[in-house]
Amino acid sequence: MPTVAPLDLEGHCVAAAWLGGVPHFALADGSVHRLDNGHKSVEAHDGLLAAVPTEDGRQLVTGGEDGRVCLVSADGTVAEVAKVGRKWMNAVAAGPRGAVAFASGRTAWVKLPDGSLKEIAHPRSVEGIAFAPKGLRIAVARYNGATLHFPAAAGKPVELEWAGAHTAATFSPDGNFLVTAMQENALHGWKLADGKHMRMAGYPAKVKSMSWSAKGRWLASSGAPAAICWPFLTKDGPIGKAPVELGTRGDAMVTAVACHTTDDIVAIGYADGMVLAGRIADQKEVLLRRAGKGAVTSMAWDAEGRRIAFGTETGDCGVIDVAG
Amino acid sequence: MAQAQIPVTVLTGYLGSGKTTLLNRILTEDHGKRYAVIVNEFGEIGIDNDLIVESDEEIYEMNNGCICCTVRGDLIRTVEGLMRRPGRFDAILVETTGLADPAPVAQTFFMDDDVRSKTKLDAVVALVDAKHLPLRLKDSKEAEDQIAFADVVVLNKTDLVTEDELRDVEAAVRAINPAAKIHKTQRSGVALTEVLDRGAFDLKRALDNDPHFLDADDHDHDHECGPDCDHDHGHGHHHHHGVSPIHDVGVTSISLRGGEMDPKKFFPWLEKTTQMDGPNILRLKGIIALKDDPERYVVQGVHMILEGDHQRPWKDDEKHESRLVFIGRELDAERLKRTFEACQA
Repeated sequence: MPTVAPLDLEGHCVAAAWLGGVPHFALADGSVHRLDNGHKSVEAHDGLLAAVPTEDGRQLVTGGEDGRVCLVSADGTVAEVAKVGRKWMNAVAAGPRGAVAFASGRTAWVKLPDGSLKEIAHPRSVEGIAFAPKGLRIAVARYNGATLHFPAAAGKPVELEWAGAHTAATFSPDGNFLVTAMQENALHGWKLADGKHMRMAGYPAKVKSMSWSAKGRWLASSGAPAAICWPFLTKDGPIGKAPVELGTRGDAMVTAVACHTTDDIVAIGYADGMVLAGRIADQKEVLLRRAGKGAVTSMAWDAEGRRIAFGTETGDCGVIDVAG
Repeated sequence: MAQAQIPVTVLTGYLGSGKTTLLNRILTEDHGKRYAVIVNEFGEIGIDNDLIVESDEEIYEMNNGCICCTVRGDLIRTVEGLMRRPGRFDAILVETTGLADPAPVAQTFFMDDDVRSKTKLDAVVALVDAKHLPLRLKDSKEAEDQIAFADVVVLNKTDLVTEDELRDVEAAVRAINPAAKIHKTQRSGVALTEVLDRGAFDLKRALDNDPHFLDADDHDHDHECGPDCDHDHGHGHHHHHGVSPIHDVGVTSISLRGGEMDPKKFFPWLEKTTQMDGPNILRLKGIIALKDDPERYVVQGVHMILEGDHQRPWKDDEKHESRLVFIGRELDAERLKRTFEACQA
């Protein structure tokens, strides 16, 4: 039986993540909490907008309302990576070899592995930012498409056009596809080899959470009363294929998804705080957490794929031990 | 957890109209409410307050085939961020740049589900510089749009003009927007209660606290018209054109008045009208008497976005009549009047 170790915090959880086996919860007020032989916390920002773990899983990259980007370590130390003006640092991303990217307004910055900072101005706001799995390549989600940059090298950016506002971006684990979430209730994808478009529409709500399965065979997403899992089993991805719907409920929308570390299993969080696990192969479901106070905002599996850290918009966070 | 919707006030106005002065008053005066303020530039706001957020105006066209459906992408993100830390403020104020079109700002609060679920548009307030308005109206479409869109117009810097000039300016404002509440003031000295918490987009409240609304065609109208105001007295509608010496093109308002409406005709008509004329309709507001319906039906719209609801039962002494005002450009008054009247039961 799955068991839940609750951690009741005050405020909206922006991100749940594991750093070196310790569950971390980054709240919108700027505090980062962890369960490491008891509840501990550190103030990273006055207002936190985004947080993602680094690739080595040792630190959390955070962006704040104070215009700062920080690295929070599992021992609670906070190191400032950059401070840029007074504007909100809306998006952060972590890349290979310690590279970090962040964006505020119409500017994106990339801190390269050698420590140099590269500034990239855009004509429109940078809504989302993501690293490709290899080769220090970033994608910026923007109005009417996405832009790919190789920040370590000179050279022209690659523009991927698709009408509408793109608000978030993610590369497939093999680096062959880029998928964006849109202001309209849809995802859009590009096959990077030939620029072929993939329209993934039909959501009743905006997609705010996307997660690739371990081998990149599926892309799970929120924005519907089920987790919508698009197949990326062939070289053309989901073109002409229907998604698998996991954990369909009549009374609550899926607000967060997180794919298991090795198996094609998705942790599904709902607007009422419920968490299920669903297996894509046979669409079997297991209840992991009953409904709570508010919508699940973020979930993360630990490295062993045994425990899930989850956060909600009402602060009732915790850790689910799937095996119990 | 049910969260109350946070009211949002939109402040428009040209550079030099007194926006910053009003903003500073809202931020510093003791009016019992804490405001989060979204500005385009910190600029002259000499106040250090972590609830002032700078944001780049980002107008996004919605990908839904509707050409006037635009939203402010930066507002969606900023409002979402602010609402993650509720309890720090009671209301939000959005300051637009001088040249801003107010429509995308207003539409953001109707079109984005997340924003809409957590906030509600309270009113659009336009600051107008009495001295420079005539020039602004001649050289830009935006000044006109801002007035046309406003629920409240603060006619500022009245000390810099003569009485005659002020009368002309007021007539020009009234000609563009007969439904707005006008406050004449100096140094943005309007009472904040006249600007904040107006409920102008609240269907339950909107048309009740709006004495000017739809009175424009009353024979004993109390607004002061310019010398060549050509009211179409004696008709059920009133179409301003060339109303004032300083404003002769662009935005007009059309007030329609009729009896009880047949809902089977009226709603399809309203939908079709807003579909067809949506890009030219800046605002519309109306109180509709539907046949065999004991309650008043109120509607309002911004371009193609329409909202309607039952408001309250008709009072015993109230005449069951329908009134509808369109404010916009290139509207065909004759066609609107004819087709509106054809919807009567």
